[in-house]
Amino acid sequence: MSMSGQVSVKDNKYKIKGDFHHLELGQPIRNADDDWHLLGITNPRTMIHMHSYGGEAVFFESLSQGKLMAARCDNGKCENKGSIYQPFRTICPDCLVKMTPFDMTDLAKKTAKIHTFMVCERSGAFNLLDKPIKFINIEFDGVCTILFSYLAVGEPKMGMRVVPIFQKKDPTYTILDLAWVPEGTKADQLPRGFSF
Amino acid sequence: MIKFSDKQLAIPKLMRPVYLVTAGQSKFDRAFPDKRTEELCVDALVQAAEMINMSPAELKSYIHTCYYGHFADHFGDQLLGEALIHDRLGLDPLGNCGVKTGGATGGTTLWEGVKAVASGYSNCVLCMGWERMDEVPTDEGNFYISCAADKDWEGPMGHIYTGYYAVMAQKYWQVFGKQEDSFRKTMAEIAVKHHGYARMNPYAHAPMKITVDDVLKSPVVAFPLRALDCCVMSVGAACGILCDEETAMKLSKNSPHKPLRIWVTAGSHTLRAADRRDMEIPLLPNETKDQYKDLGKKFPGGERYPGFTGFLAARMAAYYAYNQVGIKDPTEDLDVIELHDAFTISDIQTYEDIGVRPYGYGRDYVESGDCYHTNPKTGKPGKLPSNLSGGLIGCMHSVGATGIMQVFEIACHLWNRWAEVHGDEKRWKAFGRQKPSDWTDLQVKGAKRALAISHAGVGSHVTCTILQNPDHLIKKDA
Repeated sequence: MSMSGQVSVKDNKYKIKGDFHHLELGQPIRNADDDWHLLGITNPRTMIHMHSYGGEAVFFESLSQGKLMAARCDNGKCENKGSIYQPFRTICPDCLVKMTPFDMTDLAKKTAKIHTFMVCERSGAFNLLDKPIKFINIEFDGVCTILFSYLAVGEPKMGMRVVPIFQKKDPTYTILDLAWVPEGTKADQLPRGFSF
Repeated sequence: MIKFSDKQLAIPKLMRPVYLVTAGQSKFDRAFPDKRTEELCVDALVQAAEMINMSPAELKSYIHTCYYGHFADHFGDQLLGEALIHDRLGLDPLGNCGVKTGGATGGTTLWEGVKAVASGYSNCVLCMGWERMDEVPTDEGNFYISCAADKDWEGPMGHIYTGYYAVMAQKYWQVFGKQEDSFRKTMAEIAVKHHGYARMNPYAHAPMKITVDDVLKSPVVAFPLRALDCCVMSVGAACGILCDEETAMKLSKNSPHKPLRIWVTAGSHTLRAADRRDMEIPLLPNETKDQYKDLGKKFPGGERYPGFTGFLAARMAAYYAYNQVGIKDPTEDLDVIELHDAFTISDIQTYEDIGVRPYGYGRDYVESGDCYHTNPKTGKPGKLPSNLSGGLIGCMHSVGATGIMQVFEIACHLWNRWAEVHGDEKRWKAFGRQKPSDWTDLQVKGAKRALAISHAGVGSHVTCTILQNPDHLIKKDA
């Protein structure tokens, strides 16, 4: 029995096991308007990619622990010293010096509000979110950027106070482990696997 | 608040004049099951040769370097498609280079071509763009397009790029549009206009005779954007030939039109709208610092710049271009424009970014009627008509070709050949399309100068192309 591809890292090298692709023959594409002459071929392909989060791995790991990590430039020589970035990034875009990661969960709980939003009725292939998807951009006091995420409960409104929730049970280790709900939402209203 | 240095804001200068000698394009459509991409590119180059009464072989003998704009390799499942097309065009062993900047790929391809000629590296450059978006179904196509967003921070959220863009549309709609029904109607008028102009264009993918009501009743994609507010996903190719002055004159010896001077500038901004930081509005020559000091009071929520309502990259491309060629006021100095109307709301936003109207007032330009070929309110010619091709909404969005299609279209006006190219019965027939009985000549009479904006995604890359009749330059030494 085949096993879906799995990856770990040892000695800074990828170690892979299992199947990373599945074989399937293509099918001819024929022209129904022209005596079924051949026009082309389908190319089926299932393949697993590997991807490194690099220095941002701490952000995605922390979501599964109920923490929202941000980054702050502490370089005294930077003209924008003290700037806080969410989305998390490892390097200051101004001075290119490594920034300081810090836990901004409390700041988010106290100050997050919706800057803009979008209720999206459609999705692309491989979508894991329920539709309609309620995209929100969230602003925080003292943070110079505006995080893109989604509202898991309720209807979005500009200026609405929201708080973060985290998929601590069965995390996906993706950005989907972070969602937001209106301030005052009860724990029993949260989606399965999520908690404050 | 972030700032830019004088060095970064320096106005570009070409080392020698660059000319657009000719251009061509293929038919645009949702799918071409019977044609390889290479065949569409050949169609475009053959037309470019025909436009100057030259054989393709003779035109090719002048070409020295090639830039190929093609964005989404994964749609066609082919890396180095540029080399395949280069071979099919019979252009080996010339140097060639692929260009990719999302929706701005076409414009960026021209940007590269202009620099190659201006620097003296080449006397004649082919800029060819194309896109193949018909070889996966729509859901998978939406997934592929979403790969142009940040794959860790945005992509997993629905794999739907429209949604990532639409948060900006929502902000604009609420802050500058004030959620007014009249604003929503103005957006719909843009869709009616662009699908309507596409009816006069044999190349166009989405010609439609529709009403504002049809747009307002079309299915919601991401509110307030409805299906008819959105651009089409197309297949097709377009090309332009750029030359130095001497070569331009040689190539034009039997041409019915004169070569045009061309400039292309570029700007950029964060791939993720989330990373945008606050800054002062970079000003265009027709703006003053004071005019934006109370923007947040007039439009509560509009304090941040560019926030989620403007495109810094478009503003910067226009800043470089206007100062380079001497444009003081685009509405006065230009005669026809093509904007990147990925959505109806982006048309309105771009009027502001390029200074046709101040920030917050883009809708006024549509409502004035001056963006039409003939102003529906006055019956007189529109002051600065836009997207007479039908734009991305009505004509096509074949990503790598789009910015070049726009330049082909505005060049046709400056060459006074719009009616000849778009009204030709043989072309309509060859494309298997019915020329409408009410076909209308959209030639902008006496057009001397034009602009095209080529734009990627939420504004990560934008180019601004300026064409001028060489006898009517605003600034002689540009």
